Amino acid sequence: MSGLIKSSLARKVVMALSGLFLVIFLVLHVSINLASVISPDFFNEASHFMGYNPIVQYAMQPILIIGVIVHFVMGFVLEAQNRAARGISYVKYQGSANAPWVSRNMIYSGLVILAFLGLHFYDFWVHEMAYKYIEVNPEDPTRYYAETVEKFAPFWRTIIYVISFGLLGLHLWHGFQSSFQSMGVNNKFTPAIKTFTKVFAVVVPLAFAFIALYHHLNPITH
Amino acid sequence: MKIYLKIWRQKNAEAKGSMVEYTLEGVESDMSFLEMLDVLNEELISKGEEPVEFDHDCREGICGTCSLMINGRPHGPDSRITVCQLHMRSFNDGDSIVIEPWRAKAFPVIKDLIVDRTAFDRIQQAGGYISVNTSGRPVDANAIPIEKDAADASFNAATCIGCGACVAACKNASAMLFTSAKVSQFALLPQGQVEAADRVLNMVRQMDLEGFGNCTNTGACEIECPKGISLENIARMNREYLAASVKG
Repeated sequence: MSGLIKSSLARKVVMALSGLFLVIFLVLHVSINLASVISPDFFNEASHFMGYNPIVQYAMQPILIIGVIVHFVMGFVLEAQNRAARGISYVKYQGSANAPWVSRNMIYSGLVILAFLGLHFYDFWVHEMAYKYIEVNPEDPTRYYAETVEKFAPFWRTIIYVISFGLLGLHLWHGFQSSFQSMGVNNKFTPAIKTFTKVFAVVVPLAFAFIALYHHLNPITH
Repeated sequence: MKIYLKIWRQKNAEAKGSMVEYTLEGVESDMSFLEMLDVLNEELISKGEEPVEFDHDCREGICGTCSLMINGRPHGPDSRITVCQLHMRSFNDGDSIVIEPWRAKAFPVIKDLIVDRTAFDRIQQAGGYISVNTSGRPVDANAIPIEKDAADASFNAATCIGCGACVAACKNASAMLFTSAKVSQFALLPQGQVEAADRVLNMVRQMDLEGFGNCTNTGACEIECPKGISLENIARMNREYLAASVKG
């Protein structure tokens, strides 16, 4: 087992597992977000549950944060090792002749998503922590919908979110199906996994983008 | 045909290399790419200059010795061939062709276009073999029933000629396709089962020690492999490795 920690294959499995975990989280996230378009009351209820349920707050949230950190730190480690493995660069290298753009530029789509996460944490998580633990405000199960819609009032924020979702789609397009290969799954189910990946990588980011644009275009009028 | 060449020249392993330009006239479309380089070298020798050193041996696509990065692709623009099988008809009069050695930290340049690929030998030596006892009662290998799908997949993996195009093509200079082919050719056969766990652990460890990069599943290796070794072998190696690691 000690060799496993230093192994290139094990690092890839860590990348794959943390990535798949984040994919599952995305499904949960987009489902709750969609409620903000369909039923503001249900969105408020779900958000309040996520914000105050002890299991979500003290078990799932730390696991999620660790998952994100593991995924991007390991991504940086792998990228640094891979660059070092080339040594001297080619004068002429036709990467596009044998591999799709998305697969060769995971570090860049990943960096954009990481930068977006910085903004997203500032927008929602930092605000939430301040509300609960610094300002010590009372519980208010009705505030979430209005706060969310308010966030998408500025055009600049909406457009940054939409662009980031585009990059998320590109990242998923390669990463989701690739994680199965890293874990040793390449069999009769692989074509189905690849098809599902393409649908997922388009539908989920589109849903996120739709929600952001919807709230930008439908502000709450008092 | 008139061809403009840009070739990596490097006196020895320690020297700093650079691209040198040559113009070659009278190139015929029926020449193989290596014959074109032979013509260039004859010209250079007649002028009293050092010929361009490049690896070649069988010149029929089975030894895996020729190793040139041609216009940014291993073994040049055509698919499923080695450089010796590439012909000048794949180029046009007046074309510029950039020729470089395989680039990987684990494949250091020895001279000009020749790289040291003994890293592959060391990976192979770490476990790419089976032990066969030669007692007084040898069992005929053909007497062991093997499922045809497994035999075919094993043979497909065994067609890897160890040329290193996978490493050269991979943006990460990863040797996973080579290593996985050498793991798979035994993992699929009953004769390979005895040493299966040690084989995959030792070969992967050696691969990492040599300084090859990590696989990011871009698939470039599979596209550029002259023998069409499949990515399925990498998945098989990953499975074998994880199973062997967990068993301990």
